Amino acid sequence: MKNTTSAASGNTSGSVLGSRIRFAVITLVVIAVYFWSVQGIHFEGIQGTAGTVSKSILQGFLHPDWSFVYIPEGEDLLRGLLDTLVISILGTVVATVVCIPFAFWASTNMSRHLAVSGSGKIVLSVIRVFPEIVVAILFIKAVGPGSFAGVLALGIHSVGMLGKLYSETIESIDRGPQEALIASGANRLQVLRYAVLPQVIPQFLSYSLYRFEINIRSATTLGLVGAGGIGTPLIFALQVRNWNRVGIILLGIIVLVILTDLVSGWVRRRII
Amino acid sequence: MKTPVSTAPINPAAPDLSPPHKYKQLAGWLVLFAVLIACSIRTDVTPYQLIVGLPQMGSLLQEMFPPDWSYLPTIWGPMMETVQIAILGTTLGGLLAIPVALLCASNLGISRFVSLPARMMLNLIRTIPDLLFAAIFVAVFGIGPFAGMLALVFFSFGLIAKLTFEAIEAIDPGPLEAMSAVGANRMQIIMFGVVPQALPYFMSYLLYTFEVNVRAASVLGLVGAGGIGLLLDRALGLFRYDRASIIVLLTLVIVLVIDYGSTIIRRKLL
Amino acid sequence: MIEFDKVSKVYPNGTVGLRNINLTIQEGELVVIVGLSGAGKSTFLRSINRLTDISEGEIRVNGKSVTRASGSQIRHIRRDIGMIFQSFNLIKRSTVIRNVLSGRVGYHSTLRTMLGWFPKEDVDLSLNALQRVNIREKAYIRADQLSGGQQQRVSIARALAQEARVILADEPVASLDPLTTRQVMDDLKRINRDMNITTVINLHFIDLAREYATRIVGLRAGEVVFDGTPEEATDEAFAEIYGRPVMQDELLGGA
Repeated sequence: MKNTTSAASGNTSGSVLGSRIRFAVITLVVIAVYFWSVQGIHFEGIQGTAGTVSKSILQGFLHPDWSFVYIPEGEDLLRGLLDTLVISILGTVVATVVCIPFAFWASTNMSRHLAVSGSGKIVLSVIRVFPEIVVAILFIKAVGPGSFAGVLALGIHSVGMLGKLYSETIESIDRGPQEALIASGANRLQVLRYAVLPQVIPQFLSYSLYRFEINIRSATTLGLVGAGGIGTPLIFALQVRNWNRVGIILLGIIVLVILTDLVSGWVRRRII
Repeated sequence: MKTPVSTAPINPAAPDLSPPHKYKQLAGWLVLFAVLIACSIRTDVTPYQLIVGLPQMGSLLQEMFPPDWSYLPTIWGPMMETVQIAILGTTLGGLLAIPVALLCASNLGISRFVSLPARMMLNLIRTIPDLLFAAIFVAVFGIGPFAGMLALVFFSFGLIAKLTFEAIEAIDPGPLEAMSAVGANRMQIIMFGVVPQALPYFMSYLLYTFEVNVRAASVLGLVGAGGIGLLLDRALGLFRYDRASIIVLLTLVIVLVIDYGSTIIRRKLL
Repeated sequence: MIEFDKVSKVYPNGTVGLRNINLTIQEGELVVIVGLSGAGKSTFLRSINRLTDISEGEIRVNGKSVTRASGSQIRHIRRDIGMIFQSFNLIKRSTVIRNVLSGRVGYHSTLRTMLGWFPKEDVDLSLNALQRVNIREKAYIRADQLSGGQQQRVSIARALAQEARVILADEPVASLDPLTTRQVMDDLKRINRDMNITTVINLHFIDLAREYATRIVGLRAGEVVFDGTPEEATDEAFAEIYGRPVMQDELLGGA
């Protein structure tokens, strides 16, 4: 807002006054918003136990429960992380497949009428607005708890963003090759296959990998609401305040996220 | 009558004229395919199930209509609490991000022994999703919006600090050089050279993070960290899908309104 | 043979593209279309394979009506007409051979082309087409690695692989430097002569037009204002076509 004051300074005194009033109004509004917000958070002061709890959390993080990493008979860290990885891979693949028709629907250069692409864009933004956790609990209600709900949740939620990125890619392609194919007697499908797809597929793959990086973060939290993966043992450990276990799980998540970022980044650089 | 382009095989003598092997590409696709099959086996998620599962979602959506409009007054308060959590979380996170962003930027003459660990810390923080922060803070501070706000503080801090330090690194170095030429000290350079250039970006990222946080805050209640999510959890637990749908609808409306307002302000800033 | 029969084109915004054109181009001719930009050169060329629809009249290619053709008929006609564009219109990320092969898709079923399986003969045909424009050795390189002149030769090879009877070239050398311009024009001329392919080229360099054409057609405001041999296309004739004397940037020079 500062630039408005400086921009107006060269003008008449009336506009200086105007910008001052504007500045004052904005300040008042901001103050009112914060006053209102603070009202909402009932802060009961730090509870007496908070100190000891914080201390035990720190203890837990400093001494992670290494025995949880691998347990031969069942639910351990490695399997939880593997499930999280698997859920995000499958979710990303589902999203990639599902979003392609949406992306073509929402691209202005793929249909003659603006109403067609416009409606597609609206559908994609509605999908985008739903948080994936909400999608996840809805799917848990529909298909029962477990990895399957997680895959569906990530798959459907990711369509919103991927579809938007894909359609922007389609809109940015060079029209020339399409014309060349039409001129050589190709039909619509052949034009799509030989002039459109070769231009967009590398970018599509790159965006899907990027979405995969986001999905792996989301997948770690899906378990908190019962949609499979590492979140499930995490919420159990949190409920029984087993901080050593929470520590090792968080460590595992951090390592998993960093590793997948590295691998995905490497693959993305090779594709483009 | 066809053009006389001969189809006789051409001289295959020169080795560099033969098609290159496509093993690498093929191997890439094979690996992807194998990974998918392994994933499918691990989670028992098959294409068949996907096709069967999606209609189940449809029947759930059917149960969600019509929404229970009479529930609207009850959820208005928690919805506002959600927005309040997002506002405070974003603001505090943004304030914390300022000094760290300055420390991380490589063009302000900060020692690498400071900026590299600071960046590493940011990267670490950003690996942890907001809902995990919330679950942890609920365990520490008890159920309620305070835990949710703290979670968003950490989350916003990581995001805003990263975006801002990248913006600082991209600013025009001319004014900074001019100021050090007239003998300004580092604080003065930051105040009069960096801040005016980076402030619009910072404000824009703050608003963007706020948009993200409103979405995040609406689900924090699922782990007990305040806001509308708690009611959603309860409605679903009681199979009151008509109530769940009004909650989802209200959340959509609030998110859209905030996105719209924020986008307008951001456009004016930059 | 290409026949224009009372052809007119008016764009939806009222701009006149072509005005009552009656013209016959015989097999094996190399016709160069000249005129100011906006004179209708592009419209003329693009109406031959119906990339642009005409408003009135009829165009026939080898006796078949382009104007009245149905969807699949027009695709059949287009298969026999190769087109070369100013901006090459290659798929830059694909290999050269892939680009040339894409000229063959009109010959195969949709299913087969979706899978990308081209018969061995098509590959040989494409390699031979590349041989003809002297870039056989670039076949398995990505198209975006080639220079502008080489890319234009790939698009000529694409038209050859199509086994086209007619080649249309819309400002084929406008984005090339003088040296590669001559190489590309030499290629087009050679193909026209050796393979007896009817060739129609839009050019704005009048010296190139005189040098390569067997016949020059001048357009002004959508009308044919000149139609004759290169010998007849004197500077005065060009001044008539352009409505003003010839300027220096309309000459490529350095012949």
